[in-house]
Amino acid sequence: MNREKEELAVFSRKTLGFWVYLMTDCVLFATLFATFAVLRTATAGGPAGSDIFDLNFVLIETMILLTSSFTVGLALLAAERGLRYQSLTWLVITFALGATFLGMELWEFNHLIGEGHGWQQSAFLSSYFVLVGTHGLHIAVGLIWMAVVIFRLIQRNFKETDVRRLSLLSLFWHFLDIIWIFIFSFVYLIGGMA
Amino acid sequence: MPQIPQEWITFLFGRLTLQDFVHEPIMAGAGIGMVLGLVAVLIGLTVFKKWKWLWTNWITALDPKKIGIMYVVVSAIMLLRGFADALLLRAQQATNNNLPVELLNADHFQQIFSAHGSIMIFFVAMGLIAAMFNLLIPQQIGSRDVAFPFLNSVSFWLFVAGMILINAPLVVGEFSNAGWLAYPPLSGLEFNPGTGVDYWIWSLQIAGIGSLLSGINFFVTILKMRAPGMTLMKMPIFTWSALGSTMLIMAAFPILTVTLGLLSLDRMIDTNFFTSTLGGNPMLYINLIWAWGHPEVYILVLPAFGIFSEVVATFSGKRLFGYKSMVYAIMAITVLSFTVWLHHFFTMGAGADVNTFFGIMTMIIAIPTGVKVFNWIFTMYRGRVRFTTPMLWFIGFIVTFTIGGLTGVMMSVPAADFQFHNSLFLVAHFHNMIIGGVLFGAFAGFAYWFPKFTGFVLNERIGKWAFWSWLVGFILAFGPLYILGFMGAVRRLDHYDPSLGWQGLFIVAGVGVAVIALGVFFQVLQIVVSIIQRKKNRVGPDPWNARTLEWATHTPTPEYNFAVIPKVTERDAFWEMKKNPSKKKPAYEDIWVPKSSGVGAIIGLFALGFGVAAVWHIWWLLVLSLVAVIVLVIVKLTDDDVERKLSAEEIEEEEKKLIAKELKEQVA
Ligand code: HEM
Ligand SMILES: [Cu+2]
Repeated sequence: MNREKEELAVFSRKTLGFWVYLMTDCVLFATLFATFAVLRTATAGGPAGSDIFDLNFVLIETMILLTSSFTVGLALLAAERGLRYQSLTWLVITFALGATFLGMELWEFNHLIGEGHGWQQSAFLSSYFVLVGTHGLHIAVGLIWMAVVIFRLIQRNFKETDVRRLSLLSLFWHFLDIIWIFIFSFVYLIGGMA
Repeated sequence: MPQIPQEWITFLFGRLTLQDFVHEPIMAGAGIGMVLGLVAVLIGLTVFKKWKWLWTNWITALDPKKIGIMYVVVSAIMLLRGFADALLLRAQQATNNNLPVELLNADHFQQIFSAHGSIMIFFVAMGLIAAMFNLLIPQQIGSRDVAFPFLNSVSFWLFVAGMILINAPLVVGEFSNAGWLAYPPLSGLEFNPGTGVDYWIWSLQIAGIGSLLSGINFFVTILKMRAPGMTLMKMPIFTWSALGSTMLIMAAFPILTVTLGLLSLDRMIDTNFFTSTLGGNPMLYINLIWAWGHPEVYILVLPAFGIFSEVVATFSGKRLFGYKSMVYAIMAITVLSFTVWLHHFFTMGAGADVNTFFGIMTMIIAIPTGVKVFNWIFTMYRGRVRFTTPMLWFIGFIVTFTIGGLTGVMMSVPAADFQFHNSLFLVAHFHNMIIGGVLFGAFAGFAYWFPKFTGFVLNERIGKWAFWSWLVGFILAFGPLYILGFMGAVRRLDHYDPSLGWQGLFIVAGVGVAVIALGVFFQVLQIVVSIIQRKKNRVGPDPWNARTLEWATHTPTPEYNFAVIPKVTERDAFWEMKKNPSKKKPAYEDIWVPKSSGVGAIIGLFALGFGVAAVWHIWWLLVLSLVAVIVLVIVKLTDDDVERKLSAEEIEEEEKKLIAKELKEQVA
């Protein structure tokens, strides 16, 4: 096998491996969703979801994340055409959107804790904080990853391997988007209704 | 000297104090022994100037063959540790804690059975399975490596970090007393404020993440790196069983990760997942842990099935009977093993309908397992069976495993399980499965593939002694437990009322363990003697007249396994190659192999630091370790220069040498 073919084979392994990793992450979130479903009504005299969620706020968060999923796609398209600065721009925008999302989430957490509705108060709140927080943690990992890509891109142009890594990053980001849709629907929309 | 302020000490050491190093005599003895052993090894390495050798040949190795050998070594040591625990438990029960000096107090007894169970499952059985994957899968599928060599080394070093954490309580702190699955609320902060449960959580968490990464790695390896022509239905059956096992790992271990994570949050930041207050739900934990736990037993036993399939086919000199049904059985087990978890707690309030469903599913999963037993027996039928030690382990397996299977089906009847649950009947059952299945499987595999990796066979005679001691000891040690279970003896008993009349049977069981100890002694002796006699026991690359591709490589196997990747046309690819040897001159080409890397070991080290920090609440160390791991991962993942070229000429040179060596040995 010659070198190029070998490299393609390596990349196809990495892609499959990454997909499979995402599936295991799905199982992880599924377990957290199941936990949330079980503990949703265990409010122990504390507030229920409908008492504390601000749906408008969450809707804005959702829009921001969805937009960032779109912009990361544009970054990847630009990268595949070798357009370094365009790709860089989209990545920076994606990063900013992701960071805003994370900031809003932290603000919401902080707000709830300030009101006395921290994770200690009830099993429902524990499961809420941990489910949403785990997603947030993933977003943070994605942001670190994105920062590395941006940093390298400022230093020098794409190598073939960088584009491939970027395609995995964008996959990861879309995945987090989908998980968020589930959180939005189950935790906030259904859970937020009285 | 000025007094150091208390806050500084707390900052530096968390909740660790000097008092935590003080232990009871037995534990202190074990701890001191362990530390002395470690010191002896370190001195030995220094005196014989072996540090460099250790670093370049082993610690930085990315070659799965070497990583596999390291797994074997660690698991073997852990087997001795787990076995020592079992000896203590049995001694206590046989004497009914009625000696002039107290052997173990109740709390210590609890720590020991918890340690025994956790170590045996996570650091013996899982370690042996990972070893088999590493040693066999790449060669069996005609590949030069695993899909992600560096990730593989990370997995191994996470396993080691977990192993160190679970043994650390011998020296500092205490072990969990909450059993091998740490049910809350006993494992919660309220009843277990100490470090024991935290050690348990973080040891399993770190090793478990390693296992998950291994699962992904070998799954991709099997799907993507098979030799040309090896379609799925031409894969060796061990590889099939490994595929099933990795699928289960990927689907089950994330559940464990979450469950342990939530338990540790309950303990660390006062969440209320599994507490008995503020809406917490301990039954949720029990469901989650078994949703991982039941698949886990199949993760362990499927590869053992695979090993036995290879062993039976080779030593019967026949193709495996019913290959296709074997494959379907593996896949059926893989799927079904997610539908039975509730049989571990029929008595815990699920209600009749739910119990019925899970009872029936449990009976159904016994069917594919039974299919396999018949396939093995039909493989031997009319074969020229050679009763070597691997084959003996197989026979022992059939006997013990069938008994274990039958008693398992007995317990799958929910109504009956109200009697069996939590009794010694259950303990006997799962040891039948796990010793008879997984451990005997690993022993069979060890004897079978040993010459593949060393070039010489193990001493058969001592191997037979070891086998018979294990088998007889096993029957003596666990047979009485079935009867005791019927008589009402529950598990985890550190003493019982003498008037119950149980002691006789417990003494028999104790004698059984002593006989097993003899078996363990013979195993150690066998390895030592075989190494001493290695000149005499030298064999060629195919000592058993085997059938699968791993035997087609040279012994010792070069780093790249195959100089030329074989083309596969038949199921038993090596058998086929022997029947129709290729006359073509091999056309060598350049090969890229991964460069060695110490980063995996360093990540393991920081994971250990993270675990220690989480157990002792040393927050600066926690942050430091986390940042270090993140930085190392970034550095490693952005590195494009990870491979080293072996040119076609070098390969040719190496192959010539290896072939010449083999020829010389055949003459000698
Ligand atoms: C080598 C021979 C072995 C002996 C003599 C032995 C003996 C014992 C004993 C005496 C107990 C405590 C039973 C009780 O609750 O009263 C026990 C529990 C247990 N053993 Fe073993 N064992 C052996 C091997 C293994 C192996 C190989 C595994 C798994 C790979 C294993 C897994 C367990 C587990 C999970 C428990 C339950 C611990 C708990 O109650 O939390 N054992 N064993
Ligand atoms: Cu089960």
